Amino acid sequence: MSDLLPADLEAIRNAEPGQEAIDAAWHRVQLARHPQRPRTLDLAARMFEGFVELHGDRSFREDPAIVGGPALLDGRPVMVIGHQKGIDTESNIFRNFGSPHPEGFRKAQRLMRLAEKLAMPVITFLDTAGAFPGPAAEERGQAEAIATSIKLMTGLQVPIVVVIVGEGGSGGALAIGVGDVVLALENAVYSVISPEGCASILWRDPEKAPIAAAAMRMTAADQLALGVIDGIIEEPSDGAQADPAAAARAIKSAVLEALSGIGQVTPEALLTSRYARLRSIGLVIEAPGEQAPPLQPVTLRRRIGRVLRLPGVPRPPRWSEIWPSTDDEANEGDE
Amino acid sequence: MRIKFPLRRRDAPADAWTKCPSCDSQIFSKQLERNLRVCPTCGHHFRMSIGERIDLLLDEGSFVERDAGLTSGDPLAFHDQKPYPDRLEAATLKTGLREAAVWGTGRIEGYPVAIGLFDFRFMGGSMGSVVGEKVARCFETALTERIPALIVAASGGARMQEGTLSLLQLAKTTAPLARMDMAGVPFISLLTDPTTGGVLASFASLGDVIVAEPRALIGFAGARVASGTVGEELPEGFQTSEFLLEHGFVDLVVARSDLRAELAALLRVLQPAPMDVDWAQGDQRGWGPIGVLSGFAERLGGAVSETIGIDVKPEDEGGSNGNGPTRDRTHRAESERP
Repeated sequence: MSDLLPADLEAIRNAEPGQEAIDAAWHRVQLARHPQRPRTLDLAARMFEGFVELHGDRSFREDPAIVGGPALLDGRPVMVIGHQKGIDTESNIFRNFGSPHPEGFRKAQRLMRLAEKLAMPVITFLDTAGAFPGPAAEERGQAEAIATSIKLMTGLQVPIVVVIVGEGGSGGALAIGVGDVVLALENAVYSVISPEGCASILWRDPEKAPIAAAAMRMTAADQLALGVIDGIIEEPSDGAQADPAAAARAIKSAVLEALSGIGQVTPEALLTSRYARLRSIGLVIEAPGEQAPPLQPVTLRRRIGRVLRLPGVPRPPRWSEIWPSTDDEANEGDE
Repeated sequence: MRIKFPLRRRDAPADAWTKCPSCDSQIFSKQLERNLRVCPTCGHHFRMSIGERIDLLLDEGSFVERDAGLTSGDPLAFHDQKPYPDRLEAATLKTGLREAAVWGTGRIEGYPVAIGLFDFRFMGGSMGSVVGEKVARCFETALTERIPALIVAASGGARMQEGTLSLLQLAKTTAPLARMDMAGVPFISLLTDPTTGGVLASFASLGDVIVAEPRALIGFAGARVASGTVGEELPEGFQTSEFLLEHGFVDLVVARSDLRAELAALLRVLQPAPMDVDWAQGDQRGWGPIGVLSGFAERLGGAVSETIGIDVKPEDEGGSNGNGPTRDRTHRAESERP
């Protein structure tokens, strides 16, 4: 599509977000990825009582990149599920850097179904760079695992509160991130693709990741403005990594408030409002328009004429003539 | 001074021939079109436009496009090398489409479907707010009209230019599927080259039946990403339709020439569940072969011998394949009783 590039590339560069905005966005990305940031197991210990971690997807294996189990939140049973990154090289290798395989999502599905059975609200913590893209994950149906997880959450008959704690990376985050209330820590980020991935596709240069981060508006404040999340949880002044205990307290009170906001509702009402929330996300410009093939009454003369290709009997235009194919490579490799 | 030729020049012959990327043979473009854009030498399936798909799959004159007026905004004011609205405009100029997906209703061999189709040439078939909306409305219409849904996917994934709004389309397009499960309305997913990323990680993987075209690229992450991340050798045929069939994620791999017949065969046996089933009363709607036959016999009276045959015509005997709930059959039985 280079033929359509505007002549004045300089003008386009100027239209990009200013350096200040780029630096600010990139700073948030760095904070969201901070190795000392509180992780799910950390939060499970600080926010809840009696957390019991459950293991395995009952199908293939245990995936330590997603952890979860039942716990008590102020005495009330809830199901806690979240991504789990490591804190050093060794634990990160064990946890696969918080990038789940299909088994992780299937374990999450299993825990959610258990929560539904026992009428426990589900609380999830999002902190992943994304679902793992390796060959083994593909073989075992990474896309199917994510899709099934999302579908399960859209129809789960118990309240779901989602907290984006660190990186909310693409489908791997959304797979446990569909909820009635979605909150984010102040320095958390949420994106459709990693800024590095976006930069290498659209700018053909991973070094442009800070620009991509600003362009994608990944910060919690931007996500709130876009209507993707419902609230921001303030962090201690130096960030959650500086005072995990205070961060856990803030998350706990925000989650309790979200649950009390959902209050006493029937499963039907809960699912209706969750559906409406999802259906309303995105910007769609609606103009009237309906297209039908131009029809002519099929008479016997026409039918015979069409077969014999008689003059004066035009064939109705076919859709392939309205939307034909053009043979050129149009590789707009997106996420 | 240039002399203008009085007659319109013929199109340049540059596009008269197409090179097959698979076997390198030169194919006469007209022949390629006649052959449903399948290479006559090696069977390579070229990508198709939405128009060609409609002509291939649906009965002539049956397709009615819905929501043709939906267009994308620029919610993030997104700039990369050029602004997002410019990219949309360029894609529209190239394809004649307003967005990467079109949806509507039509018929396949007489069976009504709500159908959504993707065009990969429009920004890589990527799913932004409008594409997600169209897919969701396609499912919702299938749900309210109680007709099967069919999506012909060809997409690189979620559209980066709309950020997390695109990501959330994964949930928006998947949510109606949970409702269709409850309501008993089937969804057939047809995967064509290429179907990757967010589209595969949402509705496309959730078909009650998943059909794929031969040797289509189907995968979650790009093969380059997969091998780059792990530094592993990729298995033979990685991320192809056949690979997915082998690993149990696709029901059928169907050549393009058989696609329409195969879909019709599926639609014949996968009709929405009747709304007035009373499982307790075996004689109302029997379960098992004998029950079904006797159930039909009661409803149809004299018309039995004509109706319960192997080659039931869908248009004439909509009731006998479960198309349009039991009510249809009763009507027919009554009207045939003079």
